[in-house]
Amino acid sequence: MKKKIQNIIENFGLPRIIIFLFLVLLFILTPFVGIRFDTSINDIIVRFGMNGILVLSLIPMVKTGCGLNFGLQLGIIAGILGAVISIEMEMIGFTGFFTAIGIAIFFAVIFGFLYGLLLNKVKGDEMVVATYVGFSSVSFMSIMWLMLPFKSPNMIWAYGGSGLRTTINTKGYWFHVLTDFLKIKIGNYIFFPSGTILFFAFLTFLVWAFFKTKIGTAMIVVGSNTDYANSCGINVDKMRSISVILSTVIAAIGIIVYQESFGFIQLYTAPLFMAFPAVAALLLGGATVGKASIKNVIIGVFLFQSILTMTPSVVSNIIKSDMSETIRIILSNGMIVYALTRITRVRT
Amino acid sequence: MESKEKYLLRMEHVSKDFYGTKVLKNINISVKSGEIIGLVGENGAGKSTLMNILFGNPIIHETGGFEGKIIFDGKEVNFASPFDAINAGIGMVHQEFIFIPGFTAIENILLNKEPTRYSFFSEIFGDKLNVLNREEMKKRAIEAIKILGIELNPEIIVKEMPVGHKQFIEIAREIDRKLLKLLVLDEPTAVLTESEADIAMKAIKKLAAKGVSVIFISHRLQEILDSCDRIIVLKDGSVQKELIPSDTNPREVAEYMIGHELTKSIWKSKEIRKISETILEVNNLWVDMPGEQVNGASFKVNKGEIFGIGGLTGQGKLGIANGIMGLHPAEGEVKFKGKPIFLNNSKYVLEQGIAFVSEDRRGLGLILDQPIFKNITFTAMQIKDMFLKSLLGGLIKWSDDKAMFKITREYIDALQIKCESEKQLVRELSGGNQQKLCMAKVFVLQPELIFVSEPTRGIDVGAKSLVLDTLCEYNRKYGITIIMASSELVELRAICERIAIVDEGRISGILPPTAELVEFGLLMLGIKSKKRETIGK
Repeated sequence: MKKKIQNIIENFGLPRIIIFLFLVLLFILTPFVGIRFDTSINDIIVRFGMNGILVLSLIPMVKTGCGLNFGLQLGIIAGILGAVISIEMEMIGFTGFFTAIGIAIFFAVIFGFLYGLLLNKVKGDEMVVATYVGFSSVSFMSIMWLMLPFKSPNMIWAYGGSGLRTTINTKGYWFHVLTDFLKIKIGNYIFFPSGTILFFAFLTFLVWAFFKTKIGTAMIVVGSNTDYANSCGINVDKMRSISVILSTVIAAIGIIVYQESFGFIQLYTAPLFMAFPAVAALLLGGATVGKASIKNVIIGVFLFQSILTMTPSVVSNIIKSDMSETIRIILSNGMIVYALTRITRVRT
Repeated sequence: MESKEKYLLRMEHVSKDFYGTKVLKNINISVKSGEIIGLVGENGAGKSTLMNILFGNPIIHETGGFEGKIIFDGKEVNFASPFDAINAGIGMVHQEFIFIPGFTAIENILLNKEPTRYSFFSEIFGDKLNVLNREEMKKRAIEAIKILGIELNPEIIVKEMPVGHKQFIEIAREIDRKLLKLLVLDEPTAVLTESEADIAMKAIKKLAAKGVSVIFISHRLQEILDSCDRIIVLKDGSVQKELIPSDTNPREVAEYMIGHELTKSIWKSKEIRKISETILEVNNLWVDMPGEQVNGASFKVNKGEIFGIGGLTGQGKLGIANGIMGLHPAEGEVKFKGKPIFLNNSKYVLEQGIAFVSEDRRGLGLILDQPIFKNITFTAMQIKDMFLKSLLGGLIKWSDDKAMFKITREYIDALQIKCESEKQLVRELSGGNQQKLCMAKVFVLQPELIFVSEPTRGIDVGAKSLVLDTLCEYNRKYGITIIMASSELVELRAICERIAIVDEGRISGILPPTAELVEFGLLMLGIKSKKRETIGK
């Protein structure tokens, strides 16, 4: 019996068990601090759907050994470009949503290709370089959002008449097209965003299936042992490039789903710190810098978003002050630090 | 007592074991002042360990010290670190260069012993802020280089020098030490051309004439015979024989080094097969593999034979396979079945039907954190599109796990791989089973020719013979040509039909397995057959 429990703990990982128990405690506390249990559950599901794809986007790069994609912002920018261009084109509903995704993929492939070239030159230091790629690309785009010739009155500054606003409303275009698709209402306070979850499940399936193909297998080989890959005649740089492009494309789709659910396109410096929570969620799910799976994504997003939803509302109801941002930062950065200290560079 | 006084260095009853394995047994060596001692022995004979003990390498103390006594310059010593050894007057020139590449020759020769001059700041902060006395430095550097008897501009940055000159800088640095009494040279001529080596040997003799004792380690037997006063042959951790060069010949030295034949022949096969068709022709192959450089090797391999490549470590026997397989930059002409092969392209070479069982099993041969069945099938999937199902009319190539399991089970049975299941992680297997897995991985490719490097390194005796038997079996049953590189002559002579010996990156000769052991030894020591006839008799 003792061995069994030890096995479970080892399989699931101590950090996850602690967080899970903490979560259970928060749920137990909800009625006592005056928060509705069912709305909390609903929040978690909605946030799960919003953030899932962004976390999923990290997988290909981890698999080929490029590390955690701290340059996630690059994909997000491609996604924002797709979103604003589709609105500029006055596309509405599912057409608008998929046009946005189509345009976003176009940009993401280009960005990802260039990003991949760069990362192939800095093997071993991908994560540091990626962080700065992410940061600098956001800053560069902050200039571009002002300069690009967008015309739609729903997006540009009301005064001055040029440059995009900091937040753009997706209402009237493709707000909640996925969320409301096949939406299931349970009671007054809970609804299940079937569309978002199904879309997430579909992309997850595609990623899983991709790693079952010949190219996908080659990528896993590259990530597991570069020397071995070389000796099998696999083009290591090419596989890494493909994974970077893939990660960037999925991130671009991810941010559009996020905007669709959230209701706003956030520009300028908003994407700056999008990478950390995604990375933290994946790590919380049991991934390491060198190893990540779909299972890690699902567990991680669930735990991370649950904590983010529950802790602030419970804590702020107890101490009567807003703690959400603080907790988010402590949790995401703490998780990343934890994971980075566990990198083992074993060379046998 | 009187007679002992004239020896500069005496090592008495020195023994050393690493974790229970005896590597040195009761070594007694004495070195007189101004004497040049040649130290020879096979890889693993104990040369490096002995020198590490003398030089106070920390690794000796970390592994429990040594037994016996070292008496240097009349005092018993036990150096705790190389610094102590240097201060006592022992200098060592290592096989690998140790200096600062961006500094000039002068700066490197005088590193950390620069003459200094008083400056204004020394008044306030002490001697540490003295300035370098550049003129004095140059004078001393030129002096040291002059002893070596070579032309060399000391102002050049070391990293831009030819390899030979770098080696001279290393020696010059030791010469500059004023209290140098004993100089240990570990393969100093390995990177030198013949004329450079001659100059170096002359310099060493000059040094000896000045009263400095020299311990000279080299595998170039001729050099040792030409310039040493005494030769000490180490074998399996003990002094096999002390020889005086004028009373001996290369053949005798080689015999002491490698040992006598116990049985007439260990070759397993009864007949030598008559094979004439050439499958692989290598002409003037150069491979830039660190530590295993190949400098223009040429040989032919017949179809269906087991061809052995032997030689001392670092002479390039492993470089040949790694170069042809595209794992290290290579140049030269390689013909497979009469068709020229493009080098530096692993994928292409694999597609031609050539495969490789690497000596670096855990690093390059296997993915330790993946299960057995994936390790066996990865290469075949990538190269030959095996274990793939076509979906959507060939648009998607989906991996066929069932086929993978099936073939894995076949090989687990055929090669007797001990494991829990085909899904077990490779990391958990023993060395011998990992080696079998590496071979299974290659057999799955159904190659016509395989390179096998050090197939029995680091595996236990039982597994060793199983691995060799498997190679023979696949060679006989499926006609796979095998080129096996190994440090162990015994196993080469047990299964190979012809054995090439590599020395300094070139093939120095090809022998049948039935040839005498000493013949192999002579080839390894760089004594070419022509020279051998004249010197040997």
